[in-house]
Amino acid sequence: MNVVVCVKQIPDPAAPQSFDASHNLDRSGKLILDEADTYGVEMALQLVDKAGSGEVTVVSMGSASDVAGLRNALAMGAAKAVIVSDDSLRGTDSLGTAKVLAAVISRDMPDLILCATESSDGYTGTTPVQLAELLGLPSVTFAKSVVVEGGSLKVDRQTEAGYDEVTSPLPALVTVTAGVVEPRYASFKGIMAAKNKPVEVLSVADLGLEGAIGQAGARQEITEVVAAESRQAGEKYVDEGDGAEKIVAFLESIKVL
Amino acid sequence: MSVTSLWVVVEPANGTLTTTSLELLSHARTLASNVSAITWGNGASFAAQAGEYGATTLYDVGALDGSLPGVPVASAIATLVQSVGAPDAILIPTSYDGRDIAGRLSARLDRPVLTNVTGLLDEGGLVTEHPVFGGTQTVKARFTGEGPGLIVVRAKSFAGESAGGAPATVVSAPVGDTAGTGSARIANSHVEERTGPKLEDAAVVVSGGRGLGEAEKYAMIEETARLLNGAPGASRAIVDAGWVPYSYQVGQTGKTVKPTVYIACGISGATQHMVGMKGSKNIVAINKDADAPIFQIADFGIVGDVHKVLPALIEALKNRA
Repeated sequence: MNVVVCVKQIPDPAAPQSFDASHNLDRSGKLILDEADTYGVEMALQLVDKAGSGEVTVVSMGSASDVAGLRNALAMGAAKAVIVSDDSLRGTDSLGTAKVLAAVISRDMPDLILCATESSDGYTGTTPVQLAELLGLPSVTFAKSVVVEGGSLKVDRQTEAGYDEVTSPLPALVTVTAGVVEPRYASFKGIMAAKNKPVEVLSVADLGLEGAIGQAGARQEITEVVAAESRQAGEKYVDEGDGAEKIVAFLESIKVL
Repeated sequence: MSVTSLWVVVEPANGTLTTTSLELLSHARTLASNVSAITWGNGASFAAQAGEYGATTLYDVGALDGSLPGVPVASAIATLVQSVGAPDAILIPTSYDGRDIAGRLSARLDRPVLTNVTGLLDEGGLVTEHPVFGGTQTVKARFTGEGPGLIVVRAKSFAGESAGGAPATVVSAPVGDTAGTGSARIANSHVEERTGPKLEDAAVVVSGGRGLGEAEKYAMIEETARLLNGAPGASRAIVDAGWVPYSYQVGQTGKTVKPTVYIACGISGATQHMVGMKGSKNIVAINKDADAPIFQIADFGIVGDVHKVLPALIEALKNRA
């Protein structure tokens, strides 16, 4: 069983974020593997392990000047990585990203594609389903459990009220929540092995997608960035055994009690 | 180019249209003279509600026979665009199925999608507003190409107000060819029972975070919420840790709440969380770290240990009951 996991290298979410002059997220600093993607990588490794054969490939789009995030996925156990990196991809929207990923993945269709529900930097959350549509595959989003049995897929999918048991034939695309598995830490052996695993870097021309992708292909623009209405910090007290009492008084003052 | 025609995807749930769907219809009718809605399931039963909130036509995709809605509904909408012509934009609620529909439709129509929208204006064309960087800044955006643009709107972005309109005219919107994409099926649905008011509608929300230390301590959150006739909520951290179900999550990827008072217990205030609750009328925070970001937006903060403050609060509330 071969599994592709779509991953993204993002600016460290703990660092302050900003836009560059053309209103794209500033990605000039250090990039890391989006933590949201580690769940898909782990899930893929477990499914391939259980199947007894096959491998995990991570596929990404973005700057290849720093591939530490991809090496991280390889250190966890993925066999190889592919990244599409091209200056013309600046300003690509979610549909453009899906077109690029589809072009890579359709070269060698896997049994299963895993994605996070959304990235932790842009959080558009539509790329996976756009990708499934472009590849002509069924999709199940917001999985909290993924099982492959007898060539088909059983997914517990989050709903507003609880969860649905969903079945689907393979190949298919699944987006996983952070609750699906506990990602492993890369072992020292894994980190060393990752240094020699292949990272294939592709250009837009390699995929025959010239002109279709990028800022122009996004057909949307940011017109303005304004400061949002901000809340002011109110009263703050250090609890000296009277914290609960003070909260009760506050709730009374706003007529909740 | 001003806005004349909008379509709104309205989601059925438990025999009614969802609150977010009605909010979108209400706002759509302030922007466009011609508002149509699209739904599925027993569509005709929603004609009165859709009409009341502003739709003149209700396109009904019909029964989905166990399919997840994303594929068949997107297919039906794409077929409609072919047969009756495209509206200026299609508004879709931010929800599990709404995001599926938006993604499928975007790829089918080859049209871009704007998500996490919290404001929608007509400035000689549609302009969307999106909160970014934890809600500290607002991005304004617009589509530059041929329509229809797809706009996925967060809950509680607009007020849902009846316009007292006549029932919408129901028009069948059949599903087109979906090839192999529609083969995922719902085999079983599980409802996680919750008592008390719904998280997104409650006047009081009491939420717990990592500061609780362990899953068992979440009982304090539930007890406090119950005593205040409110709903318990959670940060992403403890949902990811499996302490409580995903349906409890408040934040960017969870629910948006705007209660009269939001009580954050042991929640530091990651931007992901703040986006979902900073619209609350009053915010109370209990956290032992005096520098926790949550205090920057709290109207009333207690720097203290939730393991001491919450039991005392529970006791005080019990004594009042």
